[in-house]
Formats: sequence, structure tokens, C-alpha cells
Amino acid sequence: MKTRGQMPRFRQIQTEGIAEWCMALPALLGLLLFIALPFLFAVVLSFTSLKMGSPLPTRFVGAEQYHRVLTAPSFQRALLNNALFALAVVPLQTASALGLALLLNIRLRGIAVFRTLFFMPVVFPMSLVAVIWTLIYAPGPGGMMNSLMALVSGGNLGPWDYLHTKVLALPAIIVMSVWQGVGFQMVVLLGGLQSIPAVLYEAAVIDRAGKWGCFCHVTLPRLRNHLIFTALVTTILAFRLFDQVRIMTRGGPDNATTTVMFEAVRAVFERQQVGAASAMTVIFFLIVLGITRLQRMLVREEREIS
Amino acid sequence: MKITGKQAAVRGAQYLALILGALLYTAPILCMVAGSLKPDERVLAEAGSWRAFVPGTISFDNYADVFNRVAFGRFMLNSLIITGTVVASGLIVNSLAGYAFARLKWRGRGLLFGFVLSLMILPFEAIAVPLFYQITLLGWRDTYIAQILPFVANAFSVYLFHTAFIGLPPELEESAYVDGAGVFRTFAEIVVPNARPVFASVAILTFLMHWGIFLWPLMVTSGERVRPLAVAIAAFHTLPPLKWGDIMAFGVMMVSPVLILFIIFQKAFVRGIASTGTRG
Repeated sequence: MKTRGQMPRFRQIQTEGIAEWCMALPALLGLLLFIALPFLFAVVLSFTSLKMGSPLPTRFVGAEQYHRVLTAPSFQRALLNNALFALAVVPLQTASALGLALLLNIRLRGIAVFRTLFFMPVVFPMSLVAVIWTLIYAPGPGGMMNSLMALVSGGNLGPWDYLHTKVLALPAIIVMSVWQGVGFQMVVLLGGLQSIPAVLYEAAVIDRAGKWGCFCHVTLPRLRNHLIFTALVTTILAFRLFDQVRIMTRGGPDNATTTVMFEAVRAVFERQQVGAASAMTVIFFLIVLGITRLQRMLVREEREIS
Repeated sequence: MKITGKQAAVRGAQYLALILGALLYTAPILCMVAGSLKPDERVLAEAGSWRAFVPGTISFDNYADVFNRVAFGRFMLNSLIITGTVVASGLIVNSLAGYAFARLKWRGRGLLFGFVLSLMILPFEAIAVPLFYQITLLGWRDTYIAQILPFVANAFSVYLFHTAFIGLPPELEESAYVDGAGVFRTFAEIVVPNARPVFASVAILTFLMHWGIFLWPLMVTSGERVRPLAVAIAAFHTLPPLKWGDIMAFGVMMVSPVLILFIIFQKAFVRGIASTGTRG
């Protein structure tokens, strides 16, 4: 991977005039008006009591909105659910993606067909996937997941109503999310695997490294940045969790699957509380920022070693 | 090269793993396609057996039924208009900015590029609520413009274009400048044709992201007039009476444009996805 220090110095073209300003202007204007400005708005609104359509004047309430949001049981539950979701999805999805990438990296006749098949779910919209999986999780002994569980366990497990059972709803969403997301990670890791020079493996074999030795001393260190990146993206996606929840469980049963984003949307649409919802999205952003910082630290550490 | 017995066994095991994995991984998709082609009552009844993955007798009644029950054509048109406009205008706007940052020297360039890069860590969800409020104040709810304009400029696309343009040999452009071509003409005639792969990658990434976007259109659309497919299927899924055959037919039609593009531009798809993973 290219680091900034290694980038070749490129020649810049000297021009005079406003043409270059005009080139960048539309993009800069769009980013300013629809990303930077709303974000500043979010921070400002999170300190106010703004309610849409409310006759009461909007007041500056300081940190009160944050206090109210963070002490609300449903929001605490949402934070916990997001964390549980990340804790389950990140290792599960990264490990399966690595396994699939290794499986698809071997030279075999027809491997291209398999790559296509494994990659396909990535292009499916999440709302469609969530709807299909609602059928898979259909309750009763005739449901697809229930039949599969009965087959695997010899009839000892189930049948369950996955999406309406408190302890099963979140795991059910986790399984379908891993299914949908694993292909993305797999493509990134496969790209990483293919960028490892064959010479390194040859050298390892000369040093009498076995398959496992090659994997631990060549593949894993070389994939380190890719693995950190995909794990990070998956963690951030875990905190963005919304579509599946909205379609499959609507946060239920009894807040068992509610998430930060679901609570924010609920605050706006059920209670018109723009101020509270803004505080929730700012908290969400701080979490994402923390995760990104963590990745920077991890990647830098690796550069210092090498 | 002669294949020994052991190698043949390893190869057999690899194929077995691939086939099992592929079956498990594509099962929900097969189930959707099969379900869309069989009579509605059999979809749920056969969900627990291998019959879930084969249509048996093929009929297109479910597809016709979708058009009878909802304005499917309208939703498809909405999705095509919104996504098409976001992709096309995004390519122009973001590639121009990427070029200005990569090759041209102008005052404030470094500072502004830092600003663009810093926006990359802002996920859409972090601004969804205030943007919704902003759109409401502007009176843009239930319009195409609310679903298009905020997504045209994209920091990550600018970054991808910037990286690709830096990698181009500058000699080509220099000769164009020597010949007296202006910045825009050089860009259109020299840079764009030489950087086709990045245009394809960005187009496909933007298309994929936008075709499936759910949260935002759910927030800003309330009627069917400008509602895209991603929100329409969620509504259709809860529209009584519950007919799984119809829902599956809706799903097949919803994903077909993406699948057709995917089959034609498979390489660009994979490159587009992979390009998100090689930054850092």
C-alpha cells in the first residue's frame, strides 16, 4: 500500500486565472451546503430544545439534551445493542471473509464463476435483503430457518419465532447482516491476497515453512492493514445499523433490537424532537470518530515496526 | 504436470467447499427467484424443504399482480431518475474537483483539500437529522431535488479521482497545454479518456450506494410520487394481504437493473468495491 512519504512527486501544471477555482467550486459548494453545514447544524441544534411544529419557543438548553438522551433507558439499550452487534459481527464477518478469500484465491478451473456467486449478494439493496430474510425467519415448523435448525439438530431445536422473541431477534439480525456484508470484506481481502508477491511464499518455503507457517508469517502480516480497514468499516457499519431493524423488527420486541439511528429517527418522527435527535447523532459521530482514531493508531504502529 | 492422488483429493475437497459455500450463500437469492415464479400460497408452504429453491411450474402471475397492486413502474422510474442523476452529475462535479486538486496550482488548494478529506469520516447518518430539518425549511420534502442535490458532491469520489489523476503521466497534458488547449479542454480531451477505469469505478460505487439508499428517502418522502424502490418494497412488504410471491417478484424486478449492470461490468464492480478498501 502506498504511504504518503513514498508517493512520487508529481509535476504541477502552472496556470493563471479562475478556471481552476471554477472546477472545484461545484463540489466544494455541495460539500459545504449539504455535509459541513448540516453537521454544524447538528452540533448547534443538540444544545437546543427544538421541536418541530411546537408552539413553544426554542431555547438554548446547554448539555441538558445530552443528559436527557444518555439517561433514557431506550437510548442506553440502543447503545448496548449497537455494541453487541459490533462485537458479534466484526469477528464473525472478518473471519468468514478471510476464509472465503483464501478459498477463492486458489487456482482452480471455474473459480471465476464461484467468485461471481460469492460476490453477488453485495449488490443487493439492504431493504430487499431484509424483506427476503423476514421470510427465511418465518415462524412455525415450516419456516426455512426453523426447518434448517431442525435438520441440523435432529429436531431438538426450535421452532422459534426469531424476530418476535426477545433473545433471538438481535442474533437473527446479526446472522443476516453477516450474510449481506461478508462479500464486501471478501473482495477487499482477496485484493490484498493477490497483491502479496509470490517471492515471499517461495522464500518462506525455502525456510521450511509449512502451510500454516506461510499463513502466519507471510499472509497475516501482509494483510494486516486490509484486516484493520475491513474490521473498522464493519464496526462503523454496525453503529450505522438502521435499515434491517426498521424493516424486520422496528426496534422490538421490547427494545431488544433498537439502535442509535433507530432512536434518532424515532425521536424526529414520533415526537418531533429535532434537538434530542441531533444530540443522538452527535453521540453517534463521536463513536465513529473514536473508532477511526483507533485505526489510525493501529496502522501507524505497524508502519513504525516495518 | 501429473496429478497425484493426494493432489486430486485436495482439489476435490476444495471444490466441495466451494460448492457448499456457494449453495449456502446464494440460497436466499435462489429462494427469491423461485418464489417469484410459483403460486403465492406455495412460497410459504414450501419454505422448509428443497422445493423452496425450485419454482416447479412457472407462472408470471405474481409479476402481473405487483403492477396491479402498486405503482411499480412509478417507483422504478423514480429510482432510475434519482440514481441516474446522482451518478451522472456526481461524475462531472467530483472529477473536476479531483483534477483541480491533483494537478492545478491555486491559492487555498491545500487547505480546501484538507477540508474535503476531513469530510470523509462523516457518515451520512451523522447529518441525517439536521439535513432533514434543513430540507423541511427549504420546503423540499417529497421532491426529487431533496433526494439528488445533497448527494452530488461526494468527498470520497473527489478523493478517488484525485488519486487516479495523480497517477497519470503528466506529459500528455503538458503537450496539450503547449498546443494551446485550456484547462477544461485538456481535461475533457486528454484526462477523461485516459482515466476511464476510475470513472467506471466511481459510477458503479455511486450507483450501488444510491440504488439501495433507504434511510434518507424514508425520511423525506411521504407519498408514492417520488418514492424510490428501496422504500417502496418495505411498504409493499407490509401491505395487506401478505403475498410472498408478489413480494419476491417485486424483489427480482428491483434488483434486476443492478444485476444486469453487474454481469456486464463485473470487473469494474469488483475494482470499485476494492478501491474503498485500499485507502488508509
